[in-house]
Amino acid sequence: MSTAAVLEHKPLFEGPEWDFEKIRRVHDAIQEIAIGELGLDIYPNQIEVITSEQMLDAYASVGLPLMYRHWSFGKRFAREEALYRHGLQGLAYEIVINSSPCISYIMEENSMAMQTLVIAHAAFGHNHFFKNNYLFRQWTDADGILDYLTFARDFIHRSEERHGLAEVERVLDAAHALMNHGVHRYARRPKANLAKERRRVKERREYDERTYDDLWEHVVPRREAKSAEDAELDKDRREARRKLGIPEENLLYFLEKHAPRLKSWERELLRIVRNVSQYFYPQKQTRLMNEGCATFVHYEIMNRLHERGLINDGAFLEAMHSHTNVIFQPEYDDRRYNGINPYALGFAMMQDVKRICTTPSDEDREWFPAIAGNGDPWGTLRDAWANYRDESFVLQFLSPCLMRQFRLFKVLDDASEDALVVDAIHDERGYRDIRSALARHYDLARQEPDIQVVDVDLSGDRRLILRHAVHDGVLLDEASCRGVLEHLSTLWHYGIVMEEADASTDRVLKTHEVPAHMH
Amino acid sequence: MNIIDRRPNPKGKSLPNRQRFLERAKHEIKDAMTEALKRRKVGESANGEKVSIPTRGIAEPNFRRASQGGTRDYVVPGNKEFVTGDRIKRPQGGDAAGGGEASKEDGGEQDSFEFVLTKEEFLNLFFDDLELPDLVKTKITDQESVQLVRAGYSVAGTPSNLNLKRTMRNSLARRISLSRPTETQITALEVQWKTALDADDAEGAEQSRVELDAALRKSRRVPYIDPVDVRYSRFERMPKPNTQAVMFCLMDVSGSMTEQMKDLAKRFFMLLHVFLTRRYKHVDIVFIRHTSSAQEVDEDTFFHSRETGGTIVSTALDEMMRVVRARYNPDTWNIYAAQASDGDNYTEDSDRCALLIAKEVLPVSQHFAYIEVGAEATLRNVYSTASTDLWRTYSAIAEQHRNFAMRKVADPGQIFPVFHDLFSKQRELAA
Repeated sequence: MSTAAVLEHKPLFEGPEWDFEKIRRVHDAIQEIAIGELGLDIYPNQIEVITSEQMLDAYASVGLPLMYRHWSFGKRFAREEALYRHGLQGLAYEIVINSSPCISYIMEENSMAMQTLVIAHAAFGHNHFFKNNYLFRQWTDADGILDYLTFARDFIHRSEERHGLAEVERVLDAAHALMNHGVHRYARRPKANLAKERRRVKERREYDERTYDDLWEHVVPRREAKSAEDAELDKDRREARRKLGIPEENLLYFLEKHAPRLKSWERELLRIVRNVSQYFYPQKQTRLMNEGCATFVHYEIMNRLHERGLINDGAFLEAMHSHTNVIFQPEYDDRRYNGINPYALGFAMMQDVKRICTTPSDEDREWFPAIAGNGDPWGTLRDAWANYRDESFVLQFLSPCLMRQFRLFKVLDDASEDALVVDAIHDERGYRDIRSALARHYDLARQEPDIQVVDVDLSGDRRLILRHAVHDGVLLDEASCRGVLEHLSTLWHYGIVMEEADASTDRVLKTHEVPAHMH
Repeated sequence: MNIIDRRPNPKGKSLPNRQRFLERAKHEIKDAMTEALKRRKVGESANGEKVSIPTRGIAEPNFRRASQGGTRDYVVPGNKEFVTGDRIKRPQGGDAAGGGEASKEDGGEQDSFEFVLTKEEFLNLFFDDLELPDLVKTKITDQESVQLVRAGYSVAGTPSNLNLKRTMRNSLARRISLSRPTETQITALEVQWKTALDADDAEGAEQSRVELDAALRKSRRVPYIDPVDVRYSRFERMPKPNTQAVMFCLMDVSGSMTEQMKDLAKRFFMLLHVFLTRRYKHVDIVFIRHTSSAQEVDEDTFFHSRETGGTIVSTALDEMMRVVRARYNPDTWNIYAAQASDGDNYTEDSDRCALLIAKEVLPVSQHFAYIEVGAEATLRNVYSTASTDLWRTYSAIAEQHRNFAMRKVADPGQIFPVFHDLFSKQRELAA
C-alpha cells in the first residue's frame, strides 16, 4: 500500500458518533467492495436502528421481528434481561433476519466503527449466506416469511379470543415441546405425475424382462407362505400404515394430519409451530458456516476499507478489538471453555481455505488436490458457502494444519469404563478420526435423538407408538422425556408408548408409557 | 438500501409475554419472594426485586439425550500433553475435557430460574392476598361528604370551569371549516394593496381592495370565538366511599430499644405503610411515637428521626384515644392500630395499659396488632423462657378479645411472615 493511496481517500467518518448519512456512506463503500471485489450476491438490505431495550425484545421472540404471544418468550426475555442488567452478558451487536429484503437490526449504542463492522458482518456476510446456501434456498422462503408470521400472529390471537387463552396455551406448550421434532429433514417426494409413473413402471418391467434368469427362481428359497388370513391382516396393516405415512419422524406433521381428535384450529396451530421450526432448521445446521462466512467477510472488508484509508486507524483498531474478542477460543481446561466457538472455528476454516487456495503446502496438496493452489479463494469459498452445511463442510475442509493450530483431540467416554480415553490427537494417525468425529457433532440428525412414529392401532385402543433409535447406548433424558410425552398426550388424547430400542440390534432397552389423557 | 429508525417504536413489545409468564409462574414467584424478603430491607423496594424460582411450573421439556450413560466422544481444543491412548480420570461435575460441551447441551434447563421483577409487579404479588381485617363499618356517610369527580365536558357552566383547550379547539375547527381569513392573510392583502397603490397600479389596487374588503367582511361575520364553541369542564358529585379506615402506628422509641430493635419496628411499619397506601385509597394513617411521653408525628419524623428516653407505653394509647376523639368518630371510622415495642415498660404502667386497651381502645377498634421486637435469635435463645412485662399483660387481653393479635419478631426474616399472618385474608376464616 502506498502512501499516495492513503491520501487519495478521505476517511468515510471520524469519531465515534454515527448518523444516518454516515451509515449510508459506509454501506455504499462496503457494497462496492462486497459485490465488486468479493463477488457476493445479496438480498436488498434494510438496516433498522433500535435501542437496547428493543434488542432485548427481539431476543425474546427468537430473533424475529414479529411473533405470536406465548409465556415462554416472556421467560426468555426475563432471563436475558436479568443477565444483561447484571452485566453478566452483553447484547449482540446485531440481529439479522433471513428475509427479503434482508433486515439487519443495529443498536443505537454502537459507535460508528462498530456500525461499520456490523453492517459488513450482517448486511453482507450473513445476507450472502442466506441467499446462497442450498439449505436456505431449499427450505425457507425469504420473501414470504414476514407475511407468514403476520398471519400466524393474527391467527393465534383470534384463536385466543375464540377458544380462550388456556386452550391455546395448552396446544402451543405441547407443540413447543415437540418443536425439534417438527421438521422435515428430507425433501418430500414430489406429487406423483401420471405420465412419469407410467414411464417408470414400463422401464422397470423392461428391465425385469431383460434381466430375467430362471436360475434365481430355484436357487433362492421362497419365503414360507403365510396362512391366507394372516396375509390378509398383514396387508390391511400395511395399507393402514401407508395411509398414515408411518414411519414418520416429523411428529408435529403426523399429529397435524392424523391425530384423531384435534380440532381444525388446533391443527393450524401445530402447523404454525412446525413452519417456524422448519424456518429455523437450516440455521441450526449452518451456524458454524454462517458465522464463519460473516466473520470472514467483515474481516476482509474492514481490512480493505482500512488499506484504502476509508476508515482511520482508530476505527479499524476498535473493530479489530471486537473481532478478536468474538473469535476467541478458550482451551478445554480454561474456565471460560464452553464448547468450540463457532465464530472461532468458522473464521479459522475460511482463512484456512483461503490459504490453501493461494499458498498451499505439500500437505495441503495431498489433502486437498482439488482446491490447493487454484488461486481463486473467493470462488472456492462462495462455492463452499452455497453447497455445504456445517457437517459436510468440516468433513471436507478441516485441514491437518488447522487441527494442529487448534490442537484438537478426541476423547472417548464409555460409561462402562472408569476412565476417559484419548482416542485421537492432532497427528498423522488422528487427523481423519478427529475430522469425522467433529463433523458428526455438527450433524443435527445425530445430535438430536432419532424419534419416529412407528405404529398406531387406529381400529383398536389407538395407542401411539413412538420409537427412539438408540445410538451408542445413549438413552433419553428421563424427566424431560416424560414431560414431552405428557404434552403429547394432550394432543393425541389416547395412550402413548415410547420404546427406546438399540438401533443396531432392535432390542428394546427402555419403555416410557403415558395413559390416555382424559380431556 | 433502506435505513429505518425503529427507535421511536413503542417499547415493551414483549410485555404481554412477560405478563403471561408471571401469571404462569405466580405460585413459584410468591414462594421465592417470601424467601427473598428475609434478606432485604423493605424500604429498598424501589429498584425491583431479583427472584429465583424453581423451574417446575415453567419447564419447557423436549426430547433430548441423557447427559450420562452410553458411549460418546468429544472433540476439544487445546491439547497440551495427551497422546493417543492416554487415560484420563473421569472429571467430576463435568468441568474439564468434554464436560463443557455436555453441560452446554443441557444448559437449557437449570434447577432455578432467575430474573428481575419490577417494583410494580413485586408489590402487586406481594400484597396479593392481604387485606385489612373486619372492614365493616359501612355506615353511609352524611350528605356533605361528597367528592367532585371529573365527568367530561358540558356546554353550560360557571366561568371558572371554562375549558380553554376544548373551547379553542372547537373554535379553530369552526374557523377552518367556515374559511375565516387569518390575520396573516389579511396582512398580506393589505401589503398587496399598499404596494399596488405605491406602484400607481390603479387596476391592481382596486382588485386588491375588493379582496381585502371581502376578507375583512368575512372575518367580521365569522367570529373568532362563538358561543357554540364554549365548553366547560363538567364535574359530578360522587358520594365518598362509604368505608373509611384509619391506622394508628404506635412505636416505642425509648432508650431500651436497641438500634436493631428500632430497625425491626421501622421495617414493620414501613411494610404496613406501603401496604395501606397501595391497597386502600382512603385509609388515613396516624403516626404516634412515644418514650415516656407520646406525640403524633408526621411520616418522615416517624421513620427517620432519632429520639430516646424512658418508657411509658400508656402515653401512646392516651395519645391515640385523644386523636380518635378529636378526628375519628368510631361510629363512622374503621379504626386499626399496630403497636411495636420491645416489651419493656415502667412496671406500674403495664396495668394501666391493660386497662386502657381493654376498656377504651379495643371497643372502638376493629383490630389491634402488637408486635414485640426482640434481640437476635441467637441471643434470645438464652433467655427464651423470660417473657416481657408487656407480653404477659397483653397475653391476658389476647385471650379475651378476638380483635387483638400479638406476635414476636426477632430478626428481619420473620417480619414478612408475621405481617402476612396478621393481615392475610384467610385469617378471618381461621379465627
